[in-house]
Amino acid sequence: MSASAPLVEFEGVAARIGMATILRDVDMRVRPGESVGVFGSNGAGKTTLLRVIATLLRPSQGRARVLGVDLSSQDRFDVRPRLGLIGHAPALYPELSLVGNLEFSARIAGASQESAMAALATVGLAAAADRPAGEASHGMQRRVEFAREIMLSPDLLLLDEPHSALDPSAIELVEHIVAGVLQRGGAVVLVSHDVDRVAPMVTRTAELAGGTVR
Amino acid sequence: MSDRFWPQALAIARRDLDRERRSGEVAWVTIPFGAIALLLVPLAVGVNQDVLSRIGTGMLFVVVMLFGVLTSIRRTNIETPEQRDAVALLGIDPVAEFAGRTMASALLLLVFEIVMGAVAVPLYGLDLVGWGWMFAVMPLTALGLAELGTLSGSIASSFNAGPALVPLLVTPLAIPLLLGATQTVTAIDSDRGNLSWLVLMAIVVLVLAIVGVVTARPLQETR
Repeated sequence: MSASAPLVEFEGVAARIGMATILRDVDMRVRPGESVGVFGSNGAGKTTLLRVIATLLRPSQGRARVLGVDLSSQDRFDVRPRLGLIGHAPALYPELSLVGNLEFSARIAGASQESAMAALATVGLAAAADRPAGEASHGMQRRVEFAREIMLSPDLLLLDEPHSALDPSAIELVEHIVAGVLQRGGAVVLVSHDVDRVAPMVTRTAELAGGTVR
Repeated sequence: MSDRFWPQALAIARRDLDRERRSGEVAWVTIPFGAIALLLVPLAVGVNQDVLSRIGTGMLFVVVMLFGVLTSIRRTNIETPEQRDAVALLGIDPVAEFAGRTMASALLLLVFEIVMGAVAVPLYGLDLVGWGWMFAVMPLTALGLAELGTLSGSIASSFNAGPALVPLLVTPLAIPLLLGATQTVTAIDSDRGNLSWLVLMAIVVLVLAIVGVVTARPLQETR
């Protein structure tokens, strides 16, 4: 895969959940160094689009390549460690501590245990490291998820409503993370219904309406 | 097998055991309820020592099966779709995930079996002659039920079937384990051969392991 090849390349992609067609005829290209904001109202299919890009939902139609890998091939599993996804709801284990959650991710991904604490310090949560995630606020949990992406340094970062539950200092943190991914030659796709808040973080925008990107 | 297999499997097992340590579900819910279930039987059938010693081994393993599988299934069912997605994106080997979950559940079930055994022996007046075989029977039962619970939980979550499907999947498949465990111990008491039942259990454990390994990737993909 050449350095300027698109990290996301969709042609005529459709996706279904159950019997419902959520995405149809989606054409999309995201190149290295780009941060693409996809906007749409509730139920437009924004989260589904991110799940398809993240290889978590297979397209029902069309040609889809992510990080140079065809999503209809078995190789799609190999690109997963190079993807980062911060979804709408936190993916932390409530019984584990904040640092324990990151240490678990580090063990699975093969990252060092020290990197977990360092990433937590970067998001300003070193003092709360031993607090169970279930007792942390929604905003703190979001910060931990951003810490996970700092620790794992994905080539393609996918953000679902990144401003949700974040205070102004945390929003600066998101902007810093997005800038870091772009500087490394990666790309970011973020979806939101809030154009104004996300605009400073994106290099271009697209609208998702009726299941299609315009 | 990739070089990341065992570190990933051990990380999954450690996560599940850490979650159990902090929630205390097995220690403070499953074990007391299992002990109460064992206690209720003598109250229901009457305190007839002959009857109790005859049914004791079977009751022990029925309780182990019912409560044990629930424990094992719960480990999978408490995971949210977001947590499953996050683990998948970390590049987990699905077979390592199956192995790690099974190891954690098997360890918890072994503890559960030992405590239930300690309750059942005095309560039912069980003869301890030949109970050395339990060193083979208990780990095999724990491992088999853990495999079954992990597999059933994965099937239920992959097909969004909900917990209602799980007992239907588990109960028939747990019967060979239940029979094997009970008959091995009963055969020891009556001086009959017991190796064949133990072999049956080992075969069931092996078959479940193979099914778990073969289906791990397709089940992850179906989620």
